[in-house]
Amino acid sequence: MLRLINFQPSRALKTALGIIPFLLILLGYQIGSDIRKAENEQDKLLPSFTEIADGIDRMAFQANKRSGEYLFWVDTKSSVIRLAKGISIAALIGLIIGLAAGSIPIIAAPLKPLVTVISLIPPLAILPVLFIAFGLGELSKVMLIVIGVSPFLIRDILQRTQELPREQLVKAQTLGGNSWQIILRVILPQTLPRLIDAVRLSLGAAWLFLIAAEAIASTDGLGYRIFLVRRYMSMDVILPYVVWITFLAFATDWCLLKLSRFVFPWYHADK
Amino acid sequence: MRHTLAHSLAVLALVVTATLTSPVTQAQASFSLCWSIYAGWMPWEYGDSSGIIKKWADKYGIEIDVVQINDYIESINQYSAGEFDACSMTNMDALTIPAASGIDSTALIVGDFSNGNDAIILKQGSILADIEGQQVNLVELSVSHYLLARGLESVGLSERDVKVVNTADADMVAAYTTSGVTAVTTWNPLVNEILKVPGATNVFDSTSIPGEIIDTLMVKTETLAEYPELGKALTGAWYEIMAAMESSADVRAQMGEASGTDLAGYEAQLATTQMFYSAADAVAFVNSSKLKTTMEYVASFSFEHGLLGEGAADSGFIGIETPAGVFGDSGNIQLRFDPSFMEMAAQGKL
Repeated sequence: MLRLINFQPSRALKTALGIIPFLLILLGYQIGSDIRKAENEQDKLLPSFTEIADGIDRMAFQANKRSGEYLFWVDTKSSVIRLAKGISIAALIGLIIGLAAGSIPIIAAPLKPLVTVISLIPPLAILPVLFIAFGLGELSKVMLIVIGVSPFLIRDILQRTQELPREQLVKAQTLGGNSWQIILRVILPQTLPRLIDAVRLSLGAAWLFLIAAEAIASTDGLGYRIFLVRRYMSMDVILPYVVWITFLAFATDWCLLKLSRFVFPWYHADK
Repeated sequence: MRHTLAHSLAVLALVVTATLTSPVTQAQASFSLCWSIYAGWMPWEYGDSSGIIKKWADKYGIEIDVVQINDYIESINQYSAGEFDACSMTNMDALTIPAASGIDSTALIVGDFSNGNDAIILKQGSILADIEGQQVNLVELSVSHYLLARGLESVGLSERDVKVVNTADADMVAAYTTSGVTAVTTWNPLVNEILKVPGATNVFDSTSIPGEIIDTLMVKTETLAEYPELGKALTGAWYEIMAAMESSADVRAQMGEASGTDLAGYEAQLATTQMFYSAADAVAFVNSSKLKTTMEYVASFSFEHGLLGEGAADSGFIGIETPAGVFGDSGNIQLRFDPSFMEMAAQGKL
């Protein structure tokens, strides 16, 4: 039936259509930049692509005059390490508490209301408290991510655990499994791919907390650099950093998806 | 149906034309000014709420919209992006943000300079030289950073001898109470707040570099040349506010409350701010040759920290015009100190 809703674009057309919005954004940027540059050659708000390329070259491929470091890579390394630490700790907490509370009702009873309340506290609002409790060093930055992300992970894992078919647990019990065996052999393996899903969803929030923490007190990091050069409107540095952060977030997400598909093919079988 | 549609379109067209050609929007030139909370800029709040600015704008037949921006740097960025015609900022930020982005700016009003408002505070140690090897929390690339550089220079140290940690001003007081922080450089009201903590010692402050951290109102040079009435209205309003501020504790109390403190707290900040209540004093300050020397220091600090842009070959890349002469490239003047409007105010010609 030739109706619009039945028309499926070919693979090539789909790709082309997918690229067009990006090209339009670049074109729009170029026009905007040209207009501002025509008025004021030194305009910094919308730098030209040549200036952005210079900015990237300066930050990533030339040693900094004062410190001799390649700032872009130093920043990336610090941020990625903080993010990895924060996410790993949060995932571990989310898994252990979520799993325990999801499978053992007597643990869920005291924990569930508490976690619900904690997950509703906006982490950025308690940032000053975190600084006093954990200092201004690496710990507070990692803790902000942990506090921001783990309540969500706990709630999600708890929910997913409770959603497992009751029949499976009954069956495992009739086969003679005790609580410990059932948690470890029946529930845990089914929870792990769901944990990866939840971590993927929380990556955006984790980046937000990381950048916020770096903006407030830091000596390096992607968020630190953005908020530092903001002091002299260096958009030729800010824009590449934003694109790079987006790419890192995308790459992490993609890797986690691939990992999940590789390790838990059964989980993705019916999707 | 069609008739109704055509009818409504006609009405709509009429309304739009009427709005666009309405006499109110055409008659008056309209300008906007942004400011952020700081002891020396609270007069803008008072001028706006008391109607003094409106009175002067009316006198010169223009409209001036006064907008408070919560974040200082954001206000300067907005000004540099073209959202505002005038904005309050320090001499250093005027050089490194608008002037470095090619926004030719003129210091219309030189309102005050910091005379103790910015300070280096140590937890342990009683003299500045004790800072060697410590970590110093400050807002990087700000006037605090400049003060630290000038301070270190005065005791024969350099920035290499300390470790600078960028810390947001909003979190400075909380940061000071944590154990990892041993030295900070910041501005008021944070300085007063931090000095209340037992053991905190002020080892160097802006009284040692008087007149180097200057608070100004920057206006786009082009706008000012085209509409001198804007300069006249703002300057006239400013010195009327100054007179009220100097003579009336009520006015100062109102400014203090608007900045989140009270009269006592605000006067404590004013004690370390050298206000130019009289236009003649400000004119004398701008005319003195020391201003040029100060701007040379500021320009070389900015250049060393890469704040003048990548195209800058030396600290004189951006020309700075002062009554005592031009510092730097006279072919690329982007920052001007022009006392002419303040002179008019001093002579009562506004």
